[in-house]
Amino acid sequence: MSPTSRFRTLRNGGAVELAAIPVVAVEEFRASVLRAAKAGLRLCALFARPVEGGTGLCSVLADDARGFLYTLFSEPTRAFRSLASDLPQAHLFEREIAESSDIAVSEHPWLKPVRMGFPDAAVFFRESGDEVHEVAVGPIHAGIIEPGHFRFQCHGETVHHLEIQLGYQHRGVEALLAGGPDRRCVFVAESISGDTAVGHALAYCSNLESLAGARASLRGEALRAAALELERLSDHTGDLGAMSGDVGFLPVAAYFGRLRGEFLNMLMALCGNRFGRGLVRPGGAAFDLTNAMAEDFSARLARARTDLNAISGLLFESASVLGRFDETGVVSRQTARDLGLVGLAARASGLDLDVRRDHPHGFYRFRHIPVVKIDSGDVYARAMLRHLESLRSLDFLEELIADLPRGAARAACPAPRPGRFAVCLVEGWRGEICHVAETGDDGRFRSYKIVDPSFHNWPAVAMAMRGGEISDFPLCNKSFNLSYAGHDL
Amino acid sequence: MTALFENLAALLIVPPLMPGIITKTKAAFGGRKGPPVLQPYYDLVKLMGKGAVYSRTTTRMFRLGPTLSLAAVVLAGLLVPLVRASALAFPGDAILFAYLLGLSRFATVAAALDAGSSFEGMGASREVAFSSFAEPSLMLAVAALARATGGFSLSGMFGGAIASSFGAGLVLIVGSLFFVLLAENSRIPVDDPATHLELTMIHEVMVLDHGGPDLAFILYGSSMKLLLWSSLLVRLLLPFVPGAEGWAVWSLGIAAVAVAIGVVESSMARLRLIRVPQFLVAAICAAAFAVMLTLK
Repeated sequence: MSPTSRFRTLRNGGAVELAAIPVVAVEEFRASVLRAAKAGLRLCALFARPVEGGTGLCSVLADDARGFLYTLFSEPTRAFRSLASDLPQAHLFEREIAESSDIAVSEHPWLKPVRMGFPDAAVFFRESGDEVHEVAVGPIHAGIIEPGHFRFQCHGETVHHLEIQLGYQHRGVEALLAGGPDRRCVFVAESISGDTAVGHALAYCSNLESLAGARASLRGEALRAAALELERLSDHTGDLGAMSGDVGFLPVAAYFGRLRGEFLNMLMALCGNRFGRGLVRPGGAAFDLTNAMAEDFSARLARARTDLNAISGLLFESASVLGRFDETGVVSRQTARDLGLVGLAARASGLDLDVRRDHPHGFYRFRHIPVVKIDSGDVYARAMLRHLESLRSLDFLEELIADLPRGAARAACPAPRPGRFAVCLVEGWRGEICHVAETGDDGRFRSYKIVDPSFHNWPAVAMAMRGGEISDFPLCNKSFNLSYAGHDL
Repeated sequence: MTALFENLAALLIVPPLMPGIITKTKAAFGGRKGPPVLQPYYDLVKLMGKGAVYSRTTTRMFRLGPTLSLAAVVLAGLLVPLVRASALAFPGDAILFAYLLGLSRFATVAAALDAGSSFEGMGASREVAFSSFAEPSLMLAVAALARATGGFSLSGMFGGAIASSFGAGLVLIVGSLFFVLLAENSRIPVDDPATHLELTMIHEVMVLDHGGPDLAFILYGSSMKLLLWSSLLVRLLLPFVPGAEGWAVWSLGIAAVAVAIGVVESSMARLRLIRVPQFLVAAICAAAFAVMLTLK
């Protein structure tokens, strides 16, 4: 029996009838997910969904080598035996299920709230001993960053354990989307994580289109891909600047900040918003790129490439910077695989994963982008990867803009059909964004599940700090630059 | 008597100018305009006009810290040759200088520990650990200069007639003192005065809980300490400038040191914290070699 025989197969960005998805007893659901994961499939989402007569479970797994997604439902249940001991990827998903539904999770190794457990109420892992001390940071930080609580167990300057407690940004995004689609929904999707407005809006709109059985216009798809790559460029260069700033290399931080502005200004020229809000809409893109603008963009991209190479040269050729980046915050390949890391963090640890290549959707079906990976798993790898990916994105953008498909930027997108289930994966700049939508009999969302790449990757920050120095934490954290809002939803 | 007043004027008025120049230099490297050179003065005036908030967990030590720290630095400043040779110089005042700076640090560290926060404890531990590496280089440099000049006071050693055969030794001492200056005044590559990341700070994290006039005292005191170290460097090199004694050359020298610090901060990243002792041991070695050169 093949490890995926229980599951319903679908393609990224596709939709199926709800009735076509197998519903199995919870023990069999558990065994099937475990068997598929043992066979090398990756857990994209595991969540509780309301069904008639209670709450059932849903899993979405990805076969990255073949480009298929697999999904399976469980019968309504009140109890679920944890997978986390055998499948660490499931750890946070199960805590989320236990916290947000009436399903009780048993035998979980560290069952505590994901978003609802604030530090004064939560239990933290503690070391004891005369020379061990505990350092608690946040949720209010000295800089202007998002709120999160970090609890370190230290021996002198060495970190033995880090536990991260988030949830301060919980806004109930999934609950806001359920019952949709309405005019508000796309704005909610754009605000899931402020720096990934295009990525999340793209996943949301693709789901809406596939639920309706419609397609976006080809030119619209191309414009969306352009915006997604511009978002990647602006965030990657912004992060390189922030990492330079964290090691005190201030001039380069300022140069990268200026370069980031160039990409944001291009998004601004395209859609009137520096973060690409308002561009991606069901059926395509709300704004079009004129020929004059395309020529202007090509010139600006060429200049940006020259600047990027020059500024990155300053950063990566400075011995003092490399002294800080090398071998700091290492995440091994095995750890990355066990934790189910996605996107940039996974590729920096040597995993060959990229939704744009493995599960191509939208314009990535027509135009390919080479995947870059680095094996060292340290801060250097995550910094260098940002530089290399930016160069690939520039190549992609220059070719794309020089040869945009003709036609309208936006096609009509009718209302979703009832009783359907859609999954969309988008490679946002941090990694895989997963949106899973399900419509009820009235054609409205019965449930809408969002998995931001940060949700997969936060545990990696804790693992990267093990045995490291506490003074390297800000740099290490910045090298991942995960979203608090995207995790907290 | 005029020498005393001139030095006192330099000691009390000039210090905030140095961080202003450093910030301006760094801004120029980053392609920015940067805040005005006089901004540190405005900040001090603003802070002096504020009230202070004290945590209920702190004791009298917390309030005493900034005042004691500033007082010790001012006293130390009276011993250092600034525009003129110090009027209060006496043989062996270098030892008192080192211990007054030590007292100033003790006051800051004790106040930080008094706040009871885990960050400030970490900052205090780092500050004390690193300064114990910085102190030997000062002592060794003083020993080498004492032999090279035959003077036993700071004014005699810094700015006195250095034996002409001491060229290589002087280079080593200037290098060693510049390293110690960067470490003692929490500059890059040892500490980053501009960072907001509480887990990586050394000096800044110790003063997180101070505000208002207390913070003004701390900022004023640390800029004064920077001036003292810079003045030692400038005085060391003054004999090589013809007709050097006086405000013009001294001020230019101080400004040059500030620019040099700004250039160092713009051209390299901060060291990893465990590498800082190695940096300071290099300073100790340089000073030790300078001593050896005087023994031949």
